[in-house]
Amino acid sequence: MTATGITTPRPAPTSGIAVPSARRFLLWTGIVVLLIWVLLPIYFVALGAFGGRLGVFRWPKSIWPTDVSVAPMMQFLGIEGVFSALINSLIAAGLTVLFSVLLGAPAGYALARYAFRGQTAFRLMVLLTRAFPLAILALPLTVSFIRFGLYDTPFGVSLIHTVLALPFAVLVTQSLFMGIPREYEEAAWVFGCTRLQAFMKVVLPLALPGLAATAIFAFVISWNEVFAASILTVRERTLTAYLLKVLSESPLHYRFAGGFILIIPSVLFIFAVRRYLFAVWGIASK
Amino acid sequence: MTSRASWIPYALIAPAVLFLAAFFIVPLVQTIWLSFSSEEGVGLANYARMAGDLNFSLAIRNTFLLTAIVVPLQVALALLMAVMLTKIERGRDLVLWVLTIPLGISDLAAGLAWLAILQNTGYLNSALYGLGLIPGPTGWLTQETPVALFIGIVLAELWRATAIVLVIVVAGIQLIPKEFAEAAEIFGARPWTRFRKITLPLLKPSLQSALILRTVLAFEVFAVVYALGGTNFPVLAGEAYTWQNINQNYGVAAAYAVLIMAISLAATALYLSILRVRPEQQP
Amino acid sequence: MADIVIDRVAKSFGDFQALKEVSLSVGDGEFVALLGPSGCGKTTLLRIIAGLETQSSGRVVIGGRDVSGLAPRERGLAMVFQNYAVFPHMTVFENIAFGLRMQKVGQVEVKRQVDRAAALLHIDQYLDRYPAKLSGGQRQRVAVARALAVQPAVLLMDEPLSNLDALLRLEMRTELKAVLREAGTTTIYVTHDQTEAMGLADRIAVMYGGRIDQIGTPLEVYATPATRFVGGFIGNPPMNFIKVKASGGQIRVGSASLPAPVRDAEIDLGLRGEDAALSADGSGIPFDVRVVEPMGSHLLLTGAIEGQLARIVTPPTARVQAGERVGLTVDPSRLTWIDAATGRAIART
Repeated sequence: MTATGITTPRPAPTSGIAVPSARRFLLWTGIVVLLIWVLLPIYFVALGAFGGRLGVFRWPKSIWPTDVSVAPMMQFLGIEGVFSALINSLIAAGLTVLFSVLLGAPAGYALARYAFRGQTAFRLMVLLTRAFPLAILALPLTVSFIRFGLYDTPFGVSLIHTVLALPFAVLVTQSLFMGIPREYEEAAWVFGCTRLQAFMKVVLPLALPGLAATAIFAFVISWNEVFAASILTVRERTLTAYLLKVLSESPLHYRFAGGFILIIPSVLFIFAVRRYLFAVWGIASK
Repeated sequence: MTSRASWIPYALIAPAVLFLAAFFIVPLVQTIWLSFSSEEGVGLANYARMAGDLNFSLAIRNTFLLTAIVVPLQVALALLMAVMLTKIERGRDLVLWVLTIPLGISDLAAGLAWLAILQNTGYLNSALYGLGLIPGPTGWLTQETPVALFIGIVLAELWRATAIVLVIVVAGIQLIPKEFAEAAEIFGARPWTRFRKITLPLLKPSLQSALILRTVLAFEVFAVVYALGGTNFPVLAGEAYTWQNINQNYGVAAAYAVLIMAISLAATALYLSILRVRPEQQP
Repeated sequence: MADIVIDRVAKSFGDFQALKEVSLSVGDGEFVALLGPSGCGKTTLLRIIAGLETQSSGRVVIGGRDVSGLAPRERGLAMVFQNYAVFPHMTVFENIAFGLRMQKVGQVEVKRQVDRAAALLHIDQYLDRYPAKLSGGQRQRVAVARALAVQPAVLLMDEPLSNLDALLRLEMRTELKAVLREAGTTTIYVTHDQTEAMGLADRIAVMYGGRIDQIGTPLEVYATPATRFVGGFIGNPPMNFIKVKASGGQIRVGSASLPAPVRDAEIDLGLRGEDAALSADGSGIPFDVRVVEPMGSHLLLTGAIEGQLARIVTPPTARVQAGERVGLTVDPSRLTWIDAATGRAIART
């Protein structure tokens, strides 16, 4: 189902009135402008991250990478709290991945394979979450999290991030499992599998790439979340919470270094799941 | 499926249901409850305090203004990108990947990236200086330059969150059978007419979900604004954050949260009714 | 090897009755086709036998064992699916070996059985390939080989040839018949294609509206349909039905007079297109020819008898023009009489 994701809307050769060269030039100019528009800020923040204090205040700036080195980045990572914030972010994102896949995939499977009473209500509840600014729900949780010892832990943060990622995981895995013909499973049952065996031997191997994409989406959702993470942590901050906290008092080149570190994994992940992006959103936006 | 297995789907959704109940429904109710309760008892005290705050009307105005400008621009830009993408044959996958990169970038990081451009000694000023338009480093992100700050925030939001609209629109375009446009072309429809009469109406479900998603997120906007302008540009979510974390007044923070939720729900309902998708009009 | 007894099996989906108390006995080693239009309940019945669906009431007995409440894997059967359901992430070898592996059969025996089944279906050279590299016909062979490899007591097939193109379907049909005869497995085969059912099955169960209308050998269901539906569904062209009125044990059509099985009633005369012959002198049942279609092996005439649509097959050499009125002679022993009220055939007297 997903393999077609990125390639389909190519115009059929028959439908194309050949684009005249002047218009073709215009088209590519527009595309290049768009590409620069997307890439330039990333490039600049990278320059800022590796340019250090001197780079930030250089005036006027050159757009070429002059006196860039890894030292400023190392310096940033050496600041007290940065490294542990990085670790906390990774833990929170990892747990979010775990929870949203473990909770979401079974629900997605149930929606894909069974017709049951309450199905519509459940689907509605999942969709309803979309109409709410979910991160803001972290506000009242501060009190109960303090009571249960979840406050100021990556675990607590991951719980809220799972609320963000779970509806997504449910819808994506639902479409994923719907794309795996039920007959595969039935064949496995007929040839001697229990339901669990059929799932493990037949469905899971076929669903694995899609599940990996789901996991990556969950990771990115958690990794990028600022509001709830800032509300629910004080000492054990995630990277976003840390950066937000020190925003006003830290020098610019540290901010850029932090921004750069935030951007990199996301870019790589989006690259990893690019084939799934459209299949996923085509479905999740229904 | 088999009646023997009727308990299975419930067992499968149970964990997700319980989780959402505990961390979505309960906090939702708690937020509403919290917003109505204060030291003086149950009432509108928190809301009165919220409305009486100096930043309140500013935050409302800013948030609405930002949403009203950013969301339509994002949709227009995404449609433009999507149409351009359908026109290119080679390198399409690469272009598409680059255009969707911001999808994975947090609002905080986006704010920081644009800070690198817009700060006093940043690249924008360097360019303007090179063109001889400004004499030296100039501040754009201060309280004294609200318009420039606002434009900066719009740019950063446009840069970051157009990608999600683009992905939804491209996914939607994929679902439109090519035959429709081809049929229209045979009957003499020009490209612009085809776009307006065929693509756009059939894209309505995608546009609807993109608008809902983007609007809800736009009312939550917070980190971009903080990264660029600090507290120079109050927005609703930022006020909620301030009341919660800095003023330690959970009641007023909850009142802000309820306000944001109410606006989000109203916007969703508005989109659903205005852009009503008639199933019988979809392929 | 095992026989199958389906005992008053019924199935409802909500208010919809997919199966209405169906009973059927399939002998050991017999090949029975469930034939009917889509929605007649044939696939539902097959899935109930497989255990993929649970009946609302009734029993399924395989080899003397009541399997009604058992899971599919406990029923000792194999199945070939309409879309093959060949696992895409396993090689052809692993696909064929799947059932044996689940039975924890030893490695040597697995290899032996897979080789045997693959050789039977001429796919031994593809054992290392993945299904994506195979054509539809080859995938179908893998699906059949996978079913035969476990040497099942009962083999269920759900429209196994319907996804193949016409030529390949013909070829696979012939081959299936040879392979299955050799295996001697009790087989239930679901199809909507009458030529498949006629060609393959020992007996055909014609299903309609959740019931079995008739069970019989291919010749029986063709020559003596039990209901109007069976007559109309089987045969190409389908059986013609002419409304007539019997009086005094006779019916009159044009100048022809035929003995009827009832004395005085409205009945339908069922006439196979090839059971009528053109009379030399235009006597007999008058037939107004509207369209003449030369089909090579025969002429297909479409027209009307007493204003009612009828199709007649004649030898290709017959000289008939559209617009002509011809006379038909029929052999009374080959006619079917249908009770107009019940739609069931009237026993011949």
